Amino acid sequence: MKIRSLEDLIAAKNRGLATLYPQRTKIMVGMASCGIASGSRVVMKTLRDETQKIGLDAYISPIGCIGSCYKEPLVDIIQPGKPRLTYANVTPDMAVGIAESLASGRILTEGLFTRIEEDENLVEGTRVRIARGVAGLRTASDPPVVGGGDGPSIDRGGASAVRSGPNDVGGPSSRGVGDSLPRDATSEYTQVPAFDDVPFFKQQKRIVLRNCGIINPDSIDEYVARGGYFTLHKVLKELSPQQVIDEVKASGLRGRGGAGFPTGVKWQLTRNSPGNVKYIICNADEGDPGAYMDRSVLEGDPHSVLEGMTIGAFAVGAHEGYIYVRAEYPLAIEKLQKAIKQAEEYGLLGDDILGSGFSFVVKLSKGAGAFVCGEETALMASIEGRVGEPRPRPPFPAQSGLWGKPTNINNVETWANVPVIIARGGNWYSQIGTEKSKGTKVFSLVGKVNNSGLIEVPMGISLRDIVYSIGGGVTEGGKFKAIQTGGPSGGFIPESLIDLPVDYERLAAAGAIMGSGGMVVMDEKVCMVDMARFFLTFTAAESCGKCAPCRIGTYVMNETLARICEGQGKEGDIEFLQELAETVKTLSLCGLGQTAPNPVLTTIRYFRHEYEAHIRDKKCPAKVCKRKFTLEEIARLKEEAARKKAAKKDEGKSAPGFAAEKSDSAKKGEEKTERGSAAKKAPAGDESTAAKKAEKKDARKDKD
Amino acid sequence: MHFDFEKLERILSEHKPGSGSLIAILEDVQDQFRFLPEEALVLISSKIGIPASQVYGVATFYNAFSLIPKGRHVVSVCLGTACHVRGAGDILAHVRRQMNSDSAGTTPDFEFTIEDVRCLGCCSIAPVLKVDDEVYGHTNPDKALGILDGYRGKTDSEA
Repeated sequence: MKIRSLEDLIAAKNRGLATLYPQRTKIMVGMASCGIASGSRVVMKTLRDETQKIGLDAYISPIGCIGSCYKEPLVDIIQPGKPRLTYANVTPDMAVGIAESLASGRILTEGLFTRIEEDENLVEGTRVRIARGVAGLRTASDPPVVGGGDGPSIDRGGASAVRSGPNDVGGPSSRGVGDSLPRDATSEYTQVPAFDDVPFFKQQKRIVLRNCGIINPDSIDEYVARGGYFTLHKVLKELSPQQVIDEVKASGLRGRGGAGFPTGVKWQLTRNSPGNVKYIICNADEGDPGAYMDRSVLEGDPHSVLEGMTIGAFAVGAHEGYIYVRAEYPLAIEKLQKAIKQAEEYGLLGDDILGSGFSFVVKLSKGAGAFVCGEETALMASIEGRVGEPRPRPPFPAQSGLWGKPTNINNVETWANVPVIIARGGNWYSQIGTEKSKGTKVFSLVGKVNNSGLIEVPMGISLRDIVYSIGGGVTEGGKFKAIQTGGPSGGFIPESLIDLPVDYERLAAAGAIMGSGGMVVMDEKVCMVDMARFFLTFTAAESCGKCAPCRIGTYVMNETLARICEGQGKEGDIEFLQELAETVKTLSLCGLGQTAPNPVLTTIRYFRHEYEAHIRDKKCPAKVCKRKFTLEEIARLKEEAARKKAAKKDEGKSAPGFAAEKSDSAKKGEEKTERGSAAKKAPAGDESTAAKKAEKKDARKDKD
Repeated sequence: MHFDFEKLERILSEHKPGSGSLIAILEDVQDQFRFLPEEALVLISSKIGIPASQVYGVATFYNAFSLIPKGRHVVSVCLGTACHVRGAGDILAHVRRQMNSDSAGTTPDFEFTIEDVRCLGCCSIAPVLKVDDEVYGHTNPDKALGILDGYRGKTDSEA
């Protein structure tokens, strides 16, 4: 069934609203990768079986991830006339309890995490009171109502909510008229923390993640119900390509893949490039370890990316697009395939979209496990079926990209921002964030942090707010040591800079980068030299090998770091690393090499004393690194041990029966052994253990 | 070992000829055969019209491809940053040691290939490991072994 007109779109919206806010009990289960890995499939099955068994009439729906991954599996319920309630860490037993309580009409209080009173429809700038379901939907342009539901307002919702930006005065904190609606129906749940009061969500501003954890990602109608594809309709019917680009420029949106190039400028370059054939690419090769926002968006709201890409294609004049998604994300691929098929069936992709005459198709290209393919020129080589090696720029992809044609390539998160920016206007978007970094950024807050998950916050928020207010501090009461941003291309930010506001410029000044948005919290038990080595092992392995500074430089840096970690560092290693890092940074061909030294440079900059402890004292302060010994050292230690043994024997001979008092050297040896076993994992510098090992080895050899 | 040409022909018929399909074809072959047999590389080269050297280059460049057979179940132990700081390295070492896997991570009975992977994108439930397409969170060395035991002897569809 093709959608050809606004009326068709509104019909789809109403179908979506009917499942989003059904007139019967609704149960939702978070079924993104992290939810499934935490056991949501079993929970889902239990809920289905149980509701059937007890004859409960409930609409059960999978949803994406709302971000609070530390609370997975999550189950949400909506009963007619009541707010949405979320249960956390749901076990199959709890699922049985939830189903039973729904059937009996009471509410299970165990495991209740939060309560959502309203769904914000960001695209339209409206808020939906869940307790009143479909009937409670009002648009910002409607006069506020007091009292009961008025159904007919739905139809106008879609039509009136898509406005061009300049006239829209709604700021980032603007709320719809929902606030003026009475809250009487929900007073019985006030003991459950409201969504906006939960520390994890309180400071968030969800633009990219607007639908994640709200809609069923398999339902295009539910996406439309949340204002989806209305922006595309407006773009195709009312705006010129240049107007679209101008709006994106006005928003100040910068590339969310990490480098932060202004998106509108990039689109303009592609549009201005001569040629009839142009391409759009969505970079979903989220290779940074520790970052998973793209996966979550693709799994929870794939249509937002498709709509963004289609708008972008119209703006730059492309008719074919590719989504390059990494093979490690099987669920994201599945959701995308489904979404593309649905959009094609609705005529929102393909020929003559919405009857506008504009055509655009999207193809899926699966990665094959090469980190360097996140670099745009390598990515395009990979789509072309070649080895994923980057090439020098210029020419930039905007001039000569995929198959030698002008190509506009943006990251998943960037694309997901686009529909909202066009719907609400560039000015609206540019009010969020800092002077040079507009809007919000999604971060995956992970590592040694209590509330780990996916967060979307306005640019300019401090690291302290992220780690402590949202993240709830360090796990197991540990002491915060550093936060790592930007993956292998980024750096470590120490505790002294915890009040740093997060934006592109300030992260770069601190030696890190925004990157794709991974934030890994580290405590005192993490060794910074080991972390630098960890990232260099990765970049050395993932360097494609095309240019020498990266291929050899990362290898040698990794080797040097390994030596330092193993207690074989020598004076001058730090300076050598710094010098080599500069060389690799300056001379490498692509972003991989240019940023690979960042982890080394920032750890030296902020944690030089740890390097020195490894090199001079042969100690790992965090007790992580395992010391290795050279053959000469082992020989020396063996000799020493033998000498001690002989001395002991002599002692025994000279004073028979007098064993109570031990010689000084023997005492020391014992003390050392004790210390060694206390820090089992870190025998760094513990020579007596190594000596014993050497002895054992020797004994084995003798046997042979 | 007898090479199943029919299987390969079926895969090739599902893709358009041209270099743009190369990676997708190799992925399917890897899935079906659990490695890329030499015969397949040569045949693919002639069927889609690109030099065998280029096919070989692609086959050896990407991590997803292997020129030697993998085990029936591919176990990916995540060594992403979040998993690393939560002790994933010990899991990989322990599992490989206990399962007597060779340098490529494959067990002697070809039941498992134990690989490392840099980030499965489930960082919030680190450390994570994946068996075939199933992800397991909050693992530790012993739990990991227990998970693998559950797969022993099962075919892909049963697991």
